[in-house]
Amino acid sequence: MTGGRPAAAQAAGRRSRRLPSPRHLALLPLSLLMVVPFVYMLGASVMTRAQLNRFPPPILPPGVDLTGYRELLSDSEFPRWFLNSVIVAGAIVVSQVILCSMAGYAFARLRFVGRRVALVLVIATTLIPFQLTVIPTFLIFHKLHMINTLGALIAPQLASALGVYLMTSFFQNFPPELEEAARMDGCSRWGVFFRVVLPVARPALAALAVITFIYAWNDLFWPMVAITSKENLTVQAGLTTFQGQHRADWPQIMAGTVLTTVPVLIVFLIGQRRFVQALAGAVKG
Amino acid sequence: MSAVVTKKQGRPAAARPGRGGSRRGGPPRRRAAEQAAGWSFAGPSTLLVLGFSLLPMGWAFRLSLTDSDLVTEGQSVGLDNYRALADDPVFWKSIRNTLELIALYIPISLALGLAVALLLNKPIKGIGFYRACFLVPFVASAAAEGLLMAFVFDKDFGVVNGLLTRTGLPAQGFLDDPSQAMLVISGIFIWTQFGFNVVIYLAALQEIPKEVMEAASIDGAGPWRTFRHIVVPSVRPISMFLAVWGLIDCLQFFDLLMTSTKGGPVNSTITIVYYVWQLAFEYFTAGYGAAVAYALFAGSLAAIVIGLVFGRRKGFLL
Repeated sequence: MTGGRPAAAQAAGRRSRRLPSPRHLALLPLSLLMVVPFVYMLGASVMTRAQLNRFPPPILPPGVDLTGYRELLSDSEFPRWFLNSVIVAGAIVVSQVILCSMAGYAFARLRFVGRRVALVLVIATTLIPFQLTVIPTFLIFHKLHMINTLGALIAPQLASALGVYLMTSFFQNFPPELEEAARMDGCSRWGVFFRVVLPVARPALAALAVITFIYAWNDLFWPMVAITSKENLTVQAGLTTFQGQHRADWPQIMAGTVLTTVPVLIVFLIGQRRFVQALAGAVKG
Repeated sequence: MSAVVTKKQGRPAAARPGRGGSRRGGPPRRRAAEQAAGWSFAGPSTLLVLGFSLLPMGWAFRLSLTDSDLVTEGQSVGLDNYRALADDPVFWKSIRNTLELIALYIPISLALGLAVALLLNKPIKGIGFYRACFLVPFVASAAAEGLLMAFVFDKDFGVVNGLLTRTGLPAQGFLDDPSQAMLVISGIFIWTQFGFNVVIYLAALQEIPKEVMEAASIDGAGPWRTFRHIVVPSVRPISMFLAVWGLIDCLQFFDLLMTSTKGGPVNSTITIVYYVWQLAFEYFTAGYGAAVAYALFAGSLAAIVIGLVFGRRKGFLL
């Protein structure tokens, strides 16, 4: 499939520029298949209930009707859920960027007893499925009287094995000269880390922030377990209350899925390059 | 204690610029400072990650030996919960469904991921657009995607049945039909996840040295032979990784179900995780739920180990 065509064909710049590659014939339909459902979601969110309860339903919206959004924002608790999600995901991102980069720096750069064991243990925890730990985790927060609080959603995610692993592999490839120079100037470890290392590590921190945000924003299982009253739900857990209940309210439900998806898509599109690099780098490391 | 440590840290230990200084030891005082710095940097994350995994893991095992109802501790029942698994039809159904998902998901998502990565591997116009498209379902939330797909595949008003009837084909039950639901939901799961495989394979393909590919084409190897003898072996470690990763994803399959089928109709899409959730948080049989989770964990760990050993020896996985 690849490598078959001689290099000369590529060098014949002009002709290949005029004729689009035949690979587009496969790529275009496939990539449309990936995004068309989302386009349809957006379209359905601006249709009316009557239009969507007809069979067969229209494929393109006959007009733009914002009733679904209006009802969602005024009649449901969606705005509250959205705020909860912003708080929870924001706190998790800030905490992970600080704690995981500190740990990654230590595991990659500092020599201390138990370093290797601790790192291996942290990475090994990724093999423990969440369904195994979820019941006792619920009980821990129950004992702490934190069930049904946003704190219960934030605390277990303050640091993550993936974040520690990503930052460790990043700092292993980080040039040591810079910090050595700062150390010679008499900076403490903390000074070196916060004033010299972190500013240079900004691309990696951005990648970690993007990945963490996407995971935190999308999380569903734990909020469903830890939150017991409607107003404390996150957007994802809030969406599950729509299933079954508002069966006929598809415009409102689709408006909800649109507003739930938009923040994560914006973050992804802005941080796409870093996101992809971090994913690929993590696997290679 | 910590005051002493900070004082030591403040000392001009760094005045010894010896090359091995930061690497291996150095004078004892310096070493002690590095110990303290190391643990104060790595400690918080390590404690949090291990605290929220190892502690609950041990607790879950203790719980699995009781008849806890989640709120109270419950009585010890020995291995009764594990014995009960054998006669629990829903448990076996959930295992069958999960295995079905794995059998569909891993081969298809790996093959599709590699195929698309190969298409994107040579310079092509719009690569940024394509890569973004393939990743959109991966980054969007499964909860939203589950609702969207429940809507699109709705038996009575869904757009897919709309298209089918417009083209003269019979409407399908999809997620409402027990014989189709697992198949449809597996397809949706592949759609949401395989963009990840594309990105990872693409990075792996770009690591294959150009000279190797050129040498192959000079030696007259056609596309198929290049693929079979150069591409496939070079990405084998990545294929292994993605297979294991996919297996873990399948074993954790939950979010999509929660907003689409909820395990139904008549348990036709119930998976092990979904069953654990139901047992603990809907039926309040936390002890039994923990036993189901442990049985799954032991089984999947064994499967991963066997898969890795077997896959490596036979050179099996792509």
